[in-house]
Amino acid sequence: MIEDIAARFPYWATAVLMVVGLYGMIGKRNLVKKLIGMNIFQSAIILFFIAGSQRDGATLPILLVENGHILTPVDPELYVNPLPHVLMLTAIVVSVAITGVALAFLVRIYREYQDLDEESLLKKVRQ
Amino acid sequence: MLAALIAPVVTRLRYELGFIIALAGVGLSAIASAWALFYVLDTGTMYYNLGGWAPPVGIEYVVDLISAFVAVIVTSVATLVIIGTRRWADREASDRLGSFYGLVMLLITGLVGMIATGDLFNLFVFLEISSLAGYSLIFLGGGRAMLAGFRYLILGSIGGLFYMLGVGFLYFSTGTLNMAETQDLLTNDPTARSVQAGAAFIFVGLGLKMAIVPLHLWLPDAYTFAPSSVNTLIAPIMTKVGAYAMIRMFLSVFPDGYLKDALPVADALLVLGLIGIIFGSVAAMSQKDIRRMLAYSSISQIALIAVGIGLGTPLGLVAALLHIMNHAVMKATLFMATASVRFSSGITQVSDFSGIGRRMPFTMGSFTLGALAMIGIPPATGFFSKWYAVQAGIESSQWVVVVVVLASSLLTAVYLFRILESAYLHPLNLEPSHSHDNPEEFGETEQKLTFEAAAREAPIDMVVPTVLLGVATVVLGVLNAVIVIHILEPGIA
Repeated sequence: MIEDIAARFPYWATAVLMVVGLYGMIGKRNLVKKLIGMNIFQSAIILFFIAGSQRDGATLPILLVENGHILTPVDPELYVNPLPHVLMLTAIVVSVAITGVALAFLVRIYREYQDLDEESLLKKVRQ
Repeated sequence: MLAALIAPVVTRLRYELGFIIALAGVGLSAIASAWALFYVLDTGTMYYNLGGWAPPVGIEYVVDLISAFVAVIVTSVATLVIIGTRRWADREASDRLGSFYGLVMLLITGLVGMIATGDLFNLFVFLEISSLAGYSLIFLGGGRAMLAGFRYLILGSIGGLFYMLGVGFLYFSTGTLNMAETQDLLTNDPTARSVQAGAAFIFVGLGLKMAIVPLHLWLPDAYTFAPSSVNTLIAPIMTKVGAYAMIRMFLSVFPDGYLKDALPVADALLVLGLIGIIFGSVAAMSQKDIRRMLAYSSISQIALIAVGIGLGTPLGLVAALLHIMNHAVMKATLFMATASVRFSSGITQVSDFSGIGRRMPFTMGSFTLGALAMIGIPPATGFFSKWYAVQAGIESSQWVVVVVVLASSLLTAVYLFRILESAYLHPLNLEPSHSHDNPEEFGETEQKLTFEAAAREAPIDMVVPTVLLGVATVVLGVLNAVIVIHILEPGIA
């Protein structure tokens, strides 16, 4: 059991972070906490992609050539898969954009109602 | 080749020039997608490799019959809506028209991108582009719209992230993000756990974007409190593109029959769709605010599309795709008419509609056409997609589908006739029973308009698009056989 968890630690961490994030988004009443939950969820997914691309004993996928000799291994098995990293760069950009928009929303909401608690906000809005 | 479709998408990203650029951009892309549709009809599927990289490495755009078809619907409906809601936009976003139209353009760019892309991760990026623009547009409404927009943002992001996680599972099991290649590689091993997990995540994610029933919570508030210029634009097209992405998963990402046999996604969609049809209609019947009523009716119509997809037979998919078109046109008509009525009289409550039919004959005439199409009276479009759905249900002996689809027509009639009845049969009510609208939601000018002076036909540039859309529901209904035989059936085969 313990070895199993240790061997797949990143995936367990992903699962835990996802659940924490989901709880934050759905269970918390404060809107900022919801946003933080969303960010945790995003990090979990980024961790998942990066962990999936990892290989034991593999190196960076960069081809080093010196005087016509290839210094780095030719066997693709010895490289870390670079594509997920690229995807995650895009995903990070997307998540920054979402966070930015959400924070801007929160600023507007707070200026209007001086409140960020969901339930009391709903009450104020209904009046 | 596809550059014709991409180019306007890219040039539309200019921010400051407002309405003209927006209109030109959307109009151009409508023309481009119509051209693309005819091109595909003539010569077959178009491929365009972004940046010149060949498909498995680079991102590929694929336009086949179905995507061209959906793109034409989305862009042309958007064009008409943008013309028709210009006055609303002027009123609601007068100080930031530039960014308003910028967001509209981003929204449509995202949607067209989702339709055209042939790459799983690229679809996620476009999904988030369109959603972000959608959140911000809804947020412009102020007041309750801000809360609705924030809630939509949180739920929509959950959807997008679930989708991305699912794509991750698929990527690690196949090593590719290209849709066509994923389909080839997945056939080899249809029972792998990770693929199943991926499929499940993808469907929850897209289901949220599409607002299938247990995942619909963001929709009613967002549609009700968004500015009129925004909900008229978002309601007809946004969830449709989610539905299109779902169909795309069935047709060209997962192997044939995978989603029925390996994982009961299709059955889940079917059951949730059936529940959604009933739930949406019943909820719509009890709403006082017409926008909220239309929002619930959207949920029930989306559920009908889900049922079509869930049946999984070619006929079911035809019904779903046809209903994507029909619902886009019908909902655009209804929301446009509602926006026009609200524009000239400030009415949003169902009970205040009495007598309005005589004061605004063209607007309410189109509303009636849209309503008849929604209910499914034969010459109008709604009838045919329901017809195909029922046929597909009979064909696969799912009798519940037949019963529920027919019942939904009846329920739709109940909630739409409430409006038609008061609009045409009741005398004009000069003292509205409710306040016109939430005061904060409205500008000062709105409050000054007296009811009698205001209950008149809307300005001509609002009426014309509304009437066009209303007429389109009938014309498309008459032409539906042509569409089904030439576009949808070969597209699905």
